[in-house]
Amino acid sequence: MTTQLAAYTTSTGEAFQFWVLGTVAVIGALCTVFMKKAVHSALCLAGTMIVLAVFYLANGAYFLGVVQIVVYTGAIMMLFLFVVMLVGVTAADSLKETIKGQRWLALLCGVGFGVLLFAGLGNASLKEFAGTGQANANGNVEGLASLIFTKYVFAFEITGALLITAAVGAMVLTHRERTERAKTQRELAEQRVREGKYVPPLPAPGVYARHNAVDIAGLLPDGTPSELTVSKTLRERGQIRDVSAEALNDLRALEQRAQERLERAAIEPATFKRPEEASK
Amino acid sequence: MNPVNYLYLAALLFTIGATGVLIRRNAIVVFMCIELMLNACNLAFVTFSRMHGNLDGQIIAFFTMVVAAAEVVVGLAIIVSLFRTRHSASVDDASLMKL
Amino acid sequence: MENLIALLIAAPLLGAAVLLVGGRRLDRVGHWIGTLLSFVSFVIGLALFADLLGKSTEHRTMTQHLWTWISVGSFHADVTFRLDQLSMTFVLLITGVGSLIHLYSVGYMEHDERRRRFFGYLNLFLAAMLLLVLADNYLLLYVGWEGVGLASYLLIGFWQHKPSAATAAKKAFLVNRVGDMGLSIAIMLMFATFGTFAFGPVLSHAGDTSQGKLTAIGLMLLLAACGKSAQVPLQSWLGDAMEGPTPVSALIHAATMVTAGVYLIVRSGAIFNAAPDAQLAVTVVGAVTLLFGAIVGCAKDDIKKALAGSTMSQIGYMVLAAGLGPIGYVFAIMHLVTHGFFKAGLFLGAGSVMHGMNDEVDMRRYGGLRKYMPITFITFGLGYLAIIGFPFLSGFYSKDKIIEAAFAKGGTEGWILGGVALLGAAITAFYMTRVMLMTFFGEERWRNAPTPSPAEPSVEPAAETRGEHTEPHPHESPKVMTIPMIVLAVGSVACGFFFNLGDRFLHWLEPVTGHSEGHSPVSTWTVTGATLVCLVIGVGIAWAQYGRKPVPAVAPRGSLLTRAARRDLLQDDFNHVVLVRGGEHLTRSLVYVDHTLVDGVVNGTAAGFGGLSGRLRRIQNGFARSYAVSMFGGAALLVAATLLMRAV
Repeated sequence: MTTQLAAYTTSTGEAFQFWVLGTVAVIGALCTVFMKKAVHSALCLAGTMIVLAVFYLANGAYFLGVVQIVVYTGAIMMLFLFVVMLVGVTAADSLKETIKGQRWLALLCGVGFGVLLFAGLGNASLKEFAGTGQANANGNVEGLASLIFTKYVFAFEITGALLITAAVGAMVLTHRERTERAKTQRELAEQRVREGKYVPPLPAPGVYARHNAVDIAGLLPDGTPSELTVSKTLRERGQIRDVSAEALNDLRALEQRAQERLERAAIEPATFKRPEEASK
Repeated sequence: MNPVNYLYLAALLFTIGATGVLIRRNAIVVFMCIELMLNACNLAFVTFSRMHGNLDGQIIAFFTMVVAAAEVVVGLAIIVSLFRTRHSASVDDASLMKL
Repeated sequence: MENLIALLIAAPLLGAAVLLVGGRRLDRVGHWIGTLLSFVSFVIGLALFADLLGKSTEHRTMTQHLWTWISVGSFHADVTFRLDQLSMTFVLLITGVGSLIHLYSVGYMEHDERRRRFFGYLNLFLAAMLLLVLADNYLLLYVGWEGVGLASYLLIGFWQHKPSAATAAKKAFLVNRVGDMGLSIAIMLMFATFGTFAFGPVLSHAGDTSQGKLTAIGLMLLLAACGKSAQVPLQSWLGDAMEGPTPVSALIHAATMVTAGVYLIVRSGAIFNAAPDAQLAVTVVGAVTLLFGAIVGCAKDDIKKALAGSTMSQIGYMVLAAGLGPIGYVFAIMHLVTHGFFKAGLFLGAGSVMHGMNDEVDMRRYGGLRKYMPITFITFGLGYLAIIGFPFLSGFYSKDKIIEAAFAKGGTEGWILGGVALLGAAITAFYMTRVMLMTFFGEERWRNAPTPSPAEPSVEPAAETRGEHTEPHPHESPKVMTIPMIVLAVGSVACGFFFNLGDRFLHWLEPVTGHSEGHSPVSTWTVTGATLVCLVIGVGIAWAQYGRKPVPAVAPRGSLLTRAARRDLLQDDFNHVVLVRGGEHLTRSLVYVDHTLVDGVVNGTAAGFGGLSGRLRRIQNGFARSYAVSMFGGAALLVAATLLMRAV
């Protein structure tokens, strides 16, 4: 294996591995960018990173390959997932562009940059591959260690200091010192009355006891759903189910039956639609 | 197969990550795209290490990982505190420094 | 003795400072302080004069260097005073007549509540005028020149509550600025030509320079003299300057300040001698003004304005003489001194008449006053005889010499100038006789004159008479006013004779101004005879018109010339049409250019940059992602550039 790595070309096995896993890596990267939900993006990125770890191994960087999986995919990506859960789903997840021309500019720059990089690589004379066989002769980890603790010892120490500083910095940034006493429930209630925003308890979700799930908005007397009845998180995620049209159609059918029974002329055979659809 | 293909792959991943930074509004996803770019760089370094037959490229990649870890810690802390104050993780919402 | 020169100026300057800064607490004694310091200056002048007389002729120039005023590179100006025969003459005239007029003002301004300020201004004037005549270089002279202009402005507008006085002061100031501009340009030219403006080097090197430069300097100096001495074409301010209190008219606008132009020309004689064209211009200005002032003087009914016309005319004589070159310099100064005496006396007499007549200035409302104010009558009469050139009075000698000198110029010029001077003598005799007859002889027209003419409202400071426009009660003025008049009358009578005795004045001044006898085509006696004939003719016509017939209390319409002369020979109308209208049009067009072109460019540039910035600002939209795009684009460009460089 060591002699093969030193060659100009690689073995067929590695070529196969490259083309298959390379495709997976690119797809994972694209999904990272274009997945709507941050959780999906994080998972795709983790996939790409694992593929990259395999490539590190294939390139003779055994230590890095393991570190990539343990530290990156294991620790850092978990940190990402924690933050994703902390922040929750927001409107920022939408892929709809809000800045005019941003998307086209981004694509132009990206394509341009990529083309230029490829051109640069194509121009460079990268025929000679020494391979890592010689360097890894005493073992990859031992080689790295001897370099880190001799040639790169200062950089190593400084990055250590950087890590400590970053840890302290993160604590300072996220830590919130409570400078005043927390408000009691009574004080909160008084403040609410004083502000006069919405004094009574919020209305409950559900309509006519037929649907009482938390994601169904309660209906106002005119049949429109009330946003106040569902929790804010569901509202922001757009996960409210609207059953107002159903209820009103039921009501209308009831009235029609009553009129037929009473032999009156039908009044205003209007069909109710969901308010969003009507507004569209 | 020539190992230079790893470099092409690194360039492609880097470009995708950079474009993602420009396109996405969710600060966390933007951050992930940055990680993607860093990883692309690491792949290039590792490939260079193989090309030159010494371990310096791997050392650089190793340092990159350490620095990336530090950066992630601080960056995520910033996102969390930003979210606390503005109740939003959109990078576009932090646009007060304009006329 | 040299150290006393600065004291000459310091005394009145101290007076001005004390009186103007001292405030109300000096109100009761201020006028005596001013008068005392003026006399102190006079006494110092006398002491210096005695010292000069004790020296031999060639050592009669004293200089006192006080300090270096400006020293920048080759630009060097000293505060140095120069006392020679010419300055000495002026010093004695200024301090002497000035002191007498201070004394007179004590009585004249008695009822004015701002008397202290008046004396402060008078002292300021004395200091500035002395600085003017004592300066040893043109720049210091310019300081004095501006100083007297300021004092003149302040004193003409002393009764600033009268719009006419305020306007007259402004007019005098503005017209004088034109002349001052000439002087400053002349000084700049001198510096450019000679590299200095001290009298000594400039005047001794005047002959070495090109004709053109000297002519330019000479013409600029003439412009300055025209402004200060009220010569055509800058004479329009002098008539209006009579709005000031009468002592001011006597001191500044008759005896001293208006003669500064003559001083300037005589002092710069070396320049004019070397520039015949400029000299000719001086004589022309003098001759024209001589007739101009005389004609204006004939038509005015306001006694002070008639005298102002006369002043203009007499200064015309002096300028004419100064323009004749070395033939005339001494006589110009001699006439200046004698004129200082008799014209100051005449003005003080006029002031005395006004004082007794409820500040009435219209001569048509005078008449027969000789019985009521005998001292005024006698002193005024002596001044009158002196100015018309009655034999053996001072005007006779000085004016006769000028007429002789004009003939002695020779050639056609000499005949023309001599003729003009003779004609002027005749007109002088006419208008002065007219003034005399209308004021002191004839019927008492003021008895039937209940109200003063509306054009000349009662504005003099006699507050107790203001408002009661009843019949005036002519009375003699107090002693403090009559004594100066008497002294000046004595001077008018005697100084000409005294000066001329053995050509004393000529010998006194000759070392400074130089002198040459011209070759007169007519003999001295012929000129004297002709002058006397002119005098008799002038007096005769005046007597026929105003002595034999009663003077109408309302001015008749008069001939075209009379009407024009009443309007100062249309000078103001000319100025209005040519200068004011022209200036307005010029200003308007300049404003238009400024608004459209200059402002257009400036505002257009600003608007352009504003618009550009507004557009550039859009780039700064605050979105981090937009900035990231530019960063990424920049990185792409860098890669492109690197590749390009490698390819090349």
